[in-house]
Amino acid sequence: MSQVDLPNPGLRGVPVTEEPLTRKDFASDQEVRWCPGCGDYAILAAFQGFLPSLNIARENVVMISGIGCAARFPYYLDTYGMHSIHGRAPAIATGLATSRSDLSVWVITGDGDSLSIGGNHLIHALRRNVNLKILLFNNRIYGLTKGQYSPTSEPGKVTKSSPMGSLDNPFNPVSLALGAEGTFVARTIDSDRKHLTSVLSAAAAHRGTALVEIYQNCPIFNDGAFDAFKTPDTRDEAVIPLVHGEPVRFGNDGDGHPTKGVVRDRATGRLEVVDLTEASEGDLVVHDAHDEDPATAFALSRLTDAGVLHRAPIGIFRSVSHPTYDDLAREQVETARQGTEDPTEALAGLLSAGDTWTVA
Amino acid sequence: MTKQVKQLDRVIIRFAGDSGDGMQLTGDRFTQQSATFGNDLSTLPNFPAEIRAPAGTLPGVSSFQVHFADHDILTPGDSPDVLVAMNPAALKANLQDLKKGATIIVDSHDFSGRNLSKAGYDHDPLETDELDEFAVHSVDLTSMTVEAVKEFGLSRKDAGRAKNMFALGLLSWMYGRPVDPTIAFLERRFAKVPDIRDANVTAFKAGWNFGETTEAFVVQYEVKPAPMPTGRYRNITGNLALAYGLVASSVQSGLPLFLGSYPITPASDVLHELSRHKRFGVTTFQAEDEIAGIGAALGAAFAGSLGVTTTSGPGVALKSETIGLGVMLELPLVVVDIQRGGPSTGLPTKTEQADLLQAMFGRNGEAPVPIVAPRSPADCFDAALEAARIAVTYRTPVMLLSDGYLANGSEPWQIPDVEQLPRIAPGFATEPNHTGEDGESAFWPYLRDEETLARPWAVPGTKGLEHRIGGLEKNDGTGNISYDPANHDFMVRTRAAKVERVAETIPPTEVDDPVGPDGQGARVLVLGWGSTYGPIGAAVRHVRNTGLKVAQAHLRHLNPFPKDLGEVLKRYDAVLVPEMNLGQLSMLLRAKFLVDVVGYNRVRGLPLRAAELAEAITDLVEAQTGDEPLTTRNQETEEVR
Repeated sequence: MSQVDLPNPGLRGVPVTEEPLTRKDFASDQEVRWCPGCGDYAILAAFQGFLPSLNIARENVVMISGIGCAARFPYYLDTYGMHSIHGRAPAIATGLATSRSDLSVWVITGDGDSLSIGGNHLIHALRRNVNLKILLFNNRIYGLTKGQYSPTSEPGKVTKSSPMGSLDNPFNPVSLALGAEGTFVARTIDSDRKHLTSVLSAAAAHRGTALVEIYQNCPIFNDGAFDAFKTPDTRDEAVIPLVHGEPVRFGNDGDGHPTKGVVRDRATGRLEVVDLTEASEGDLVVHDAHDEDPATAFALSRLTDAGVLHRAPIGIFRSVSHPTYDDLAREQVETARQGTEDPTEALAGLLSAGDTWTVA
Repeated sequence: MTKQVKQLDRVIIRFAGDSGDGMQLTGDRFTQQSATFGNDLSTLPNFPAEIRAPAGTLPGVSSFQVHFADHDILTPGDSPDVLVAMNPAALKANLQDLKKGATIIVDSHDFSGRNLSKAGYDHDPLETDELDEFAVHSVDLTSMTVEAVKEFGLSRKDAGRAKNMFALGLLSWMYGRPVDPTIAFLERRFAKVPDIRDANVTAFKAGWNFGETTEAFVVQYEVKPAPMPTGRYRNITGNLALAYGLVASSVQSGLPLFLGSYPITPASDVLHELSRHKRFGVTTFQAEDEIAGIGAALGAAFAGSLGVTTTSGPGVALKSETIGLGVMLELPLVVVDIQRGGPSTGLPTKTEQADLLQAMFGRNGEAPVPIVAPRSPADCFDAALEAARIAVTYRTPVMLLSDGYLANGSEPWQIPDVEQLPRIAPGFATEPNHTGEDGESAFWPYLRDEETLARPWAVPGTKGLEHRIGGLEKNDGTGNISYDPANHDFMVRTRAAKVERVAETIPPTEVDDPVGPDGQGARVLVLGWGSTYGPIGAAVRHVRNTGLKVAQAHLRHLNPFPKDLGEVLKRYDAVLVPEMNLGQLSMLLRAKFLVDVVGYNRVRGLPLRAAELAEAITDLVEAQTGDEPLTTRNQETEEVR
């Protein structure tokens, strides 16, 4: 069994494929049944197109999902997969990833699945840094149950269950993940296949829990929630691209030059968006995704609108290398096993340890 | 002075004190000494849920009862022969359980003003005649301990804390227990704190010497070793035996053990124990909650591990949805429920059997799972192996129902020969199992084994067997999502039939029904399950000793039942079903066999009392047969007193 070479630590231990695979190899024979126009189609296509690039054996890919529209994802991929129960996918995937070092484990979840009913499992997976890739399809609405507000819906949202407007303050999934000290936290958009694919590649390469928030349009119950990021005349003002090592700049003066940037207020330490001038150019925050301290990444995540979205940073907020729970757990077992004799003899030794006596 | 030595066939001692007084340790040491000596024994620890309830109060009393004998015994006993009370509260809380003539050894040190009132006394009971019907030895154990250990320069408080070892030494003298194991134990336990170590060893020896020299105790007792089958023995608690049984299941199946668990009384000790056995390839995952514990175990099962989760009743409630998923996925999973008093938080440290119906029905939809229950602490080992066998063979979650009494109680265990343990065959799928109309081979994850109805277990990493499973209804064979009405009906029935198939591998019901002098067997059957085995056995022995006939049977499998159970029940005129719940097995038996069983139900958080149960059995036998006991009912036979 050959191994994928570094620098792809996220796949260390996963066997490479014997023959090159294509997008078609990863498509199952099941009919895809999302609503026409659903952002999930674009994500599925991008994901099926991206998987062959990992060069790993198809049978060592496992998709685990919870409940919701996004959770149907595993049925459409010809890998191993489990469509589990609401919110529990990170817990199930933790057992899977911890017990097997040779699997590439992906969790497919939505904003309701991972941030409402499964919030606890999400933060603990992030805290433990299990080698899982969590794709959080955020459409800011409950789709499968037909249109109630979700934990990422903007305040005041009028839905079937909130005719006078929702009262809840929403989660910002990236802020939440950074608060849980996630070692890889990124945000991308369903319709931007190139960016989505690049983030998926980086997530796969990361050893540890990767949380990728994907802005995903629900054409039935929350259509247009992310239009600001997709419409040509608003897109450049809405997307704050985060590129490691680059100053944080966005906007478009019509000639493709950025017009705005992010600076740190010297008095308060807060990050702020300012118009780009020669003076401010030198003060721009330079994005450092590898910063051990998640504080600046968190501050960047706060530039996301809490209400209707007009602006949000997109890209990899944080990518740092920490020991993973599953590696450490296996290491403890391996250390303990060293020098252990035949298991049957060891068992006999265990059972007869301690104070014993013999009846002749 | 020369002391008189008196022979006894059995003794029940209860050590009682404040929850900080080290009564559990004291009882445990006395037990180990008795085990090493070769007595048969049975123990009952009883402690509050609070780690340190207010000192000196009734809720803070912790006790440990040990019953040891020169013959085979079944229970920790109903009523102690000797109570060791370390303070007024311990005396008050336990007095009601003593019969006339019982011995009380009491530490008189705290029998003063405030300590008496904390225990609810407005007077000193040692100064009145209220204890006249008992043999009371009032001794200032604390002061003697402090005096004995003064050379080590401990604070008065630390010095006084060794009083439990003084008491242990005294009792060890009284019953001629071997002392070396305890001295060795103390030297190991306190190896890093020499003055504490020396003080405890000194207090222990001082207690022994006090017994030997004082005129207060004139009789030393001897309880000879019990005849037992030849072999090597150790004393074992239910939780330890259960943990060993799980390790053995892993070794015997060749599957790595994965435990996903969340701490909960009284199940945490299984997590603690298994976390120490990583050298067997055991992975223990302390999850963020009960749901994640079972979720991770199920994920590991999908990956090819022996997935196990351990909990108590409240945890089972939280895990219900995932157990249902396991039923749908048809993956092996062992769910261990160490039952405690309920509902809700209930009585965390007390025992009960009220989760049977939760195990049976506590899920949405038709979601049957096999249920296995151990009958004694040592039997937890075999029951764990049996639960794992069923889970792996039938690809199903299995409920293993232990309880708080079995978990913490202990008994001698004949260490099994590992070579003789059953093997468990995982039988992983390795190749496609179906050829389509087009001639292409395919893997159908829900194509079943004809004999067991189990589906193939194909683990990730197996080339060509990629498949998707999930909680949505499956199409028979292909495992694809199906909403077809006829298919759902078929799958619901098939999952139920699969669990029923387990009965094909269950031995017939073992009925203990000795033929009487009239050449006839009994007309009344006592049928139990789980930890009531001991009290039922003791009660049945007692009733037989009075000349009445009664049959006894005990169920290891609660779902499915042994195939002959209905026929067995119908052989008897009456069936008594003792349970520590309000009649859960009774309900199942009535529903399944239309037999009007008689319930005997106590939910006191403690094991059933054999004496009370014996009366109930006697009443039922008399009512059914008109027979009367040949000997008086109050005669003290066996463990019933």
